[in-house]
Amino acid sequence: MKAIKHIGLVIFLIGLAIFTALPLLGTYNLDEADFYKIVSNQNIKSEVFINNIKSNVIGKEFKGMQALSPKITKAITSANETHTKNKEWDKKIYTKSSDMAAMIGKKSANGFIANNKGLMWLLTFGLGIIGALMFILPNVILLGSKGIKNDGIYHESATNRGWIGWMVFIFLVSFYLVLYFASEYATNWTLLVDQISETLSGNPAGHWFVYGFMYCVVMTVMAVRMYIKYRHNIYQVFRTTSVLFFQIVFAFLIPEIMVRLQMPYYDFKNAFPLDYDFFFQWNLKDLINNGGIGIFILVWGIVLTLIIVPIMVYFFGKRWYCSWVCGCGGLAETLGDPYRQHSDKSLFAWKVERYLIHTVLLFVLIMTGMTLYSFFTETGTVLGIKTATIQNIYSLIIGSIFAGVIGTGFYPIFGNRVWCRFGCPLAAYLGFVQRFKSRFRITTNGGQCISCGNCSTYCEQGIDVRAYAQKGENIVRSSCVGCGICAAVCPRGVLKLENGPEKGRINPTEILLGNDVDLMELVNQK
Amino acid sequence: MEHVVIIGNGISGVTLARHIRKLSDKKITIISAEADYFFSRTALMYVYMGHMKFEHTQPYENWFWKKNRIELKKGFVKSIETKSKTLHFVEGDTLQYDKLVIATGSKPNKFGWSGQDLDGVMGMYHKQDLENLEKHAPNNKVCKRAVIVGGGLIGIELAEMLNSRNIPVTFLVRESSFWNGVLPEGESEMINKHIKNHHIDLRLSTNLKEIKSDNNGKVKSVIIQETGEEILCDVVGLTAGVSPNIDFIKDSEIETGRGIKVNRFLETNIKDVYAIGDCAEQHEAIGNRRPIEAVWYTGRMMGETLAQTICNNQIEYKPGHWFNSAKFLDIEYQTYGWVFGKKGRPEYEQHFHWRHNKEDICITVAFHKDTNEFLGINTFGIRMRHEIFDRWLSEKRDVNYVMSYLKDANFDPEFYKVYEGEILKQFNTEFNTNLTTHKKSWKRIFSKA
Repeated sequence: MKAIKHIGLVIFLIGLAIFTALPLLGTYNLDEADFYKIVSNQNIKSEVFINNIKSNVIGKEFKGMQALSPKITKAITSANETHTKNKEWDKKIYTKSSDMAAMIGKKSANGFIANNKGLMWLLTFGLGIIGALMFILPNVILLGSKGIKNDGIYHESATNRGWIGWMVFIFLVSFYLVLYFASEYATNWTLLVDQISETLSGNPAGHWFVYGFMYCVVMTVMAVRMYIKYRHNIYQVFRTTSVLFFQIVFAFLIPEIMVRLQMPYYDFKNAFPLDYDFFFQWNLKDLINNGGIGIFILVWGIVLTLIIVPIMVYFFGKRWYCSWVCGCGGLAETLGDPYRQHSDKSLFAWKVERYLIHTVLLFVLIMTGMTLYSFFTETGTVLGIKTATIQNIYSLIIGSIFAGVIGTGFYPIFGNRVWCRFGCPLAAYLGFVQRFKSRFRITTNGGQCISCGNCSTYCEQGIDVRAYAQKGENIVRSSCVGCGICAAVCPRGVLKLENGPEKGRINPTEILLGNDVDLMELVNQK
Repeated sequence: MEHVVIIGNGISGVTLARHIRKLSDKKITIISAEADYFFSRTALMYVYMGHMKFEHTQPYENWFWKKNRIELKKGFVKSIETKSKTLHFVEGDTLQYDKLVIATGSKPNKFGWSGQDLDGVMGMYHKQDLENLEKHAPNNKVCKRAVIVGGGLIGIELAEMLNSRNIPVTFLVRESSFWNGVLPEGESEMINKHIKNHHIDLRLSTNLKEIKSDNNGKVKSVIIQETGEEILCDVVGLTAGVSPNIDFIKDSEIETGRGIKVNRFLETNIKDVYAIGDCAEQHEAIGNRRPIEAVWYTGRMMGETLAQTICNNQIEYKPGHWFNSAKFLDIEYQTYGWVFGKKGRPEYEQHFHWRHNKEDICITVAFHKDTNEFLGINTFGIRMRHEIFDRWLSEKRDVNYVMSYLKDANFDPEFYKVYEGEILKQFNTEFNTNLTTHKKSWKRIFSKA
């Protein structure tokens, strides 16, 4: 069994190594016809740029994106410089150079990788999946009988912020940086999944398709790990199945199929304000221009945020969204599960959390207010501030860096819910409802707590669960996503997630159940 | 300002200090030689097993003590002079108190076995025991086998700890079945099996004769009393119960038995000296409880109670209905009310036992065979709601009521398989009753009796 695991690990690492090397490999050879397609698609009027590409790129062979990309950046920069000098504003190119490089790269890739997409898929995704499963599946036997299996978590380099943890951190951060800021380097990755993308939407894959596909694969493989680890705990099994379903069907398949059917790309479960660009002008216009389905999506999006979300939180707590439906939550609960113990439990971290998450919520609301104002009044500015600038700042700082690079990249260091805890504006909104108007709570079982601290240690949201449990108090916290792990790891059966009457939900006590009844009454009545 | 000095920073002493602070402005000092800050002793096992780091066992952050003006003093009290209200420390200094609370907890029992103080022989109680174990049993290369002597809760925890690092364990248990002084037969048998399933070499009805040393004063092997068999080992865990940690008091005027004798107000024979927690011994046992209760929550409750008394609201220590919990490897155990094993079971106590046909899940319900009054329940692998059983015990419900409303008491996570129907069916067959299960009702659960 151990041998299978080790072989699996090696296979996985080979797949990962090939995948990691891909951005710097491959040959690119742009032909003129393809280039003119891009020129006409992008409506490029800059003859400087066109000539520059013609003489420096077309017909030449480039080894790796690192050779091609600078040429394109240079072409755009020099073209724009010329046009700015000549005040030829309509000729300026506003496409980001990395997007342009990605477009050109995609058309011009023609080496071994581009000609052997299926094989390359097997060598990357294929090896990765097979290796990971070989590593994970033997645990059915190796973990022994059913029960909590946290042995050695703080002895392992991978899960105790050791060198493996830091390597994973570097890999994840780099991956997100490429994805958000240097997507031309993802060109080879897109080739791997072209076939799948074409089957689904009819279009070749872009880097976001790679991300979506990878997201599903990673979640599926790591869900297998969850199923094995928590096979005694049906709540965890259901919850894992649910997030997996919503990711694959709602976040991945349906939007792609909608594109095939000439409908707008839309993830029906992605609620505003997590879906922060829902009210952006281009999206509203796109929806309105799409007729019936567009209007339906528009109405659905608004109803989802204003009615469905709060009502569901009232009945079930925010867990119905955060740890049963949400994609970010889904990744956190599968890929992120091995890192849940790294969330900071200090009072200081809680303060930071409240400032940060509510600031983001405020930010998204102001931005959306400005957006809608601009949309209806058809102006670009509000009080002299450009709406687009605010949108760009939000997209960059919150949408890309916070949610992506930090949110997932920092899994091995700060735990798996960095984004959900400190940044997600939807979580902040759900949190208000959960804290003030909900039937959900984690019930503390009388006086059974022995203050061991397993619950706090494994709370991914950094809630000091023990602080409540050892006082006999129920846990009612806006940040709780109801993953249920505190209740699972408790050795004394002290915690239970439940939805019950609002009365008595929050029960501050001084004296716990079990002591003299008179004393409890004396001290607890205020 | 009155100076309250508490010896011992365990759950009893710390709870007391916290509650005194809530109620008053007194000066509070907590003394400990074991650790700088309060930690949860029950969690030491998880540090060794790699579930946690030591810092996670500390329920309060380090700034907590200063913020609440609770002074922490590291030191070992050598003797107490009650006339002049002075503590003398091993380190040489002294401390004056106005009120003294002794909350020094327990220490592992040693019954005079030859070799019991060798290198590699240890209990599993103090922080230092954990460090010692880490030194002698870091892995299964350094420690090729460990022998555990004494089949109680600490013994099985130690077995689980060593098992987590794949160190072979031989577990010597004096009783004919694990913990059968407390557990009824069916449950005890189930645990025996569970232990063996974890590849722990469980030896029932087996006593330790002696521990043998190698040439360097380190443990080499143990000899079994009954068979004379020698078992080679690198670590011996002594887990044959605990007793009050009060050696430093013996020369003072404070009355002691096995523990420090206290009345129901937790006062000793000396004015302004109190004792709480594991080290306190009631003159007379309270109800079915033992005079010395080495249980986490009783320490906490004594702290809660004594804080009232010290802050001029004299209150008797009156623990409510007995309850407890433990975990035997993968099996969770809870108990509410009294369910006796063979030993000490009153003749009127009748049992109903249900066991799952495959899983390690079972319950035992005790009731009065004449009046049908519900006396207590043991559950293994099913979590139960403390509040409900506490109320049923106060209301003196009969067993039929308890069996029919069992769903109200279930505390297992959502979507778990429930067994109330099956349990009731067997009950009906055994006792010729015709009870039906009632659906769980929030109204009943939250109605205050």
